[in-house]
Amino acid sequence: MELIQYIAFAVIKIALLLFILLTAVAYIVLMERKVIARMQNRWGPNRVGPFGLLQPLADGIKFILKEDIIPDSVYKPLYIAAPMIALILSLISISIIPFGGDWYVAGYHIPLQTAAFWTGSGIQDINIGLLIILGITSLGVYGVALSGWSSNSKYSLLGSLRASAQLISYELALGLSLVGVLLLAGSLSLRQIVDSQAGSLLHWHFFGGLQFVAFFIYIMAAYAETNRIPFDLPEAETELVAGYHTEYSAMKFAMFFMAEYCNMVTVACLATLLFFGGWHSPLEGLHLPVPPIWLIISPLFWFFVKVFFFIFVYIWIRGTLPRFRYDQLMSFGWKFLLPLSIANIVVTSLVLALRS
Amino acid sequence: MPNQPLPYYVNYLPVLLQIVVACLVAGGMVALSALLGKHRYSRTKMQAYECGMVGTGDARQRFSVKFYMVAMLFILFDVEAIFLIPWAVIYRKLPAAIAPALGAGPRDFSARMFGFWEMLVYIGIVLVGFFYIWKKGALDWNATTEKTDF
Repeated sequence: MELIQYIAFAVIKIALLLFILLTAVAYIVLMERKVIARMQNRWGPNRVGPFGLLQPLADGIKFILKEDIIPDSVYKPLYIAAPMIALILSLISISIIPFGGDWYVAGYHIPLQTAAFWTGSGIQDINIGLLIILGITSLGVYGVALSGWSSNSKYSLLGSLRASAQLISYELALGLSLVGVLLLAGSLSLRQIVDSQAGSLLHWHFFGGLQFVAFFIYIMAAYAETNRIPFDLPEAETELVAGYHTEYSAMKFAMFFMAEYCNMVTVACLATLLFFGGWHSPLEGLHLPVPPIWLIISPLFWFFVKVFFFIFVYIWIRGTLPRFRYDQLMSFGWKFLLPLSIANIVVTSLVLALRS
Repeated sequence: MPNQPLPYYVNYLPVLLQIVVACLVAGGMVALSALLGKHRYSRTKMQAYECGMVGTGDARQRFSVKFYMVAMLFILFDVEAIFLIPWAVIYRKLPAAIAPALGAGPRDFSARMFGFWEMLVYIGIVLVGFFYIWKKGALDWNATTEKTDF
């Protein structure tokens, strides 16, 4: 394939991807409000449009038209840069996520992944994709730390200190929980990790690879990384007003939220790719009679079903669990998740060595 | 369609493009909000929030040294995690690669267990440090204890 074609495809894919992602983020917020409302025996937003479906649009317009307050005491360059850093980093990592195999359209093989191309015989993607995602998400702590410091408000500073300590503590467990999957897959390329799980759901790393301990470590660490309940100490509104974004208003405030929800999507995608077979159907080994059109839709369908499920679990847990206390949070990460993830690595490698 | 293989680094081009587009999106949002939102200056409104009271002092005060401690420990253990990742990626190819040096076949027990023992020694050394900081109380947050005198 020629370079110009490749770049043209990449630009189209990026535009589509960002459009879908930002729309999805808006509707995940709506879904969250609806689901939480029903869990609390309320109706949730239902005034704007049918079933409140235009609510995200109304929210967006309101965020843009509200007064953009920049307090006098802030350090302006970093104050403005911080929400941009948070949002930009959360938008980058999605480009490495593969959403399916490839589509064969009008003589072209198009991989459903931004950073991948068709070599003529197979798809080539970034062979250290997982490492890049870990790197980009760990940069996310800058957005939080800088926003709290530059706001020059006591609540913001306390919130950002808490958030920074929490983010870096749980990053350890997050990184180590993925080592078990890497042992099984033997590659850092997300596409190859998914390919190593081809077959029925017994080949998924969660079931077949016996990585359920790793998965629960991953999902707990990821909840902490995205500042979600039960780990939402950085924005604990009963203690810290709103944590590190206390001083932010209008679109800058919304940008922190968009970053958080984009990160939720990335976390859900990674959980799907690493532990739950990516776009592979759970019944793949059975060779059920299906119409040919289904073979084209099926990868995307299964991928989005799984991602949707993990996002729903996020919301479900928010409706269920109370918040940790801060010392409990830190000792849970350091004294429980970290040793457990190391134990998981030792056990997985031992089993692999004995079984090979 | 001509089948010229593209050089490998071309894979990173979309990521660069994505960074550019993400910067444009984020910058556009900030600019749009600053342009379209109304601005009315009032001295009280522009103060940092302190529960509606007039703010006192500066926020940039001293804070607990524990946060620095966590940052330090994070660097130590994150380096450990990074060393584990390449080992994990080649773990299954290791027996075949190491067998000739051990004078064993690739299916022999010693060749299969080689990578495991090597990493167990490494993890063991790291765990010694981990239990040291645990017993020293560096991981305790509710501490007014005297244990943390490093």
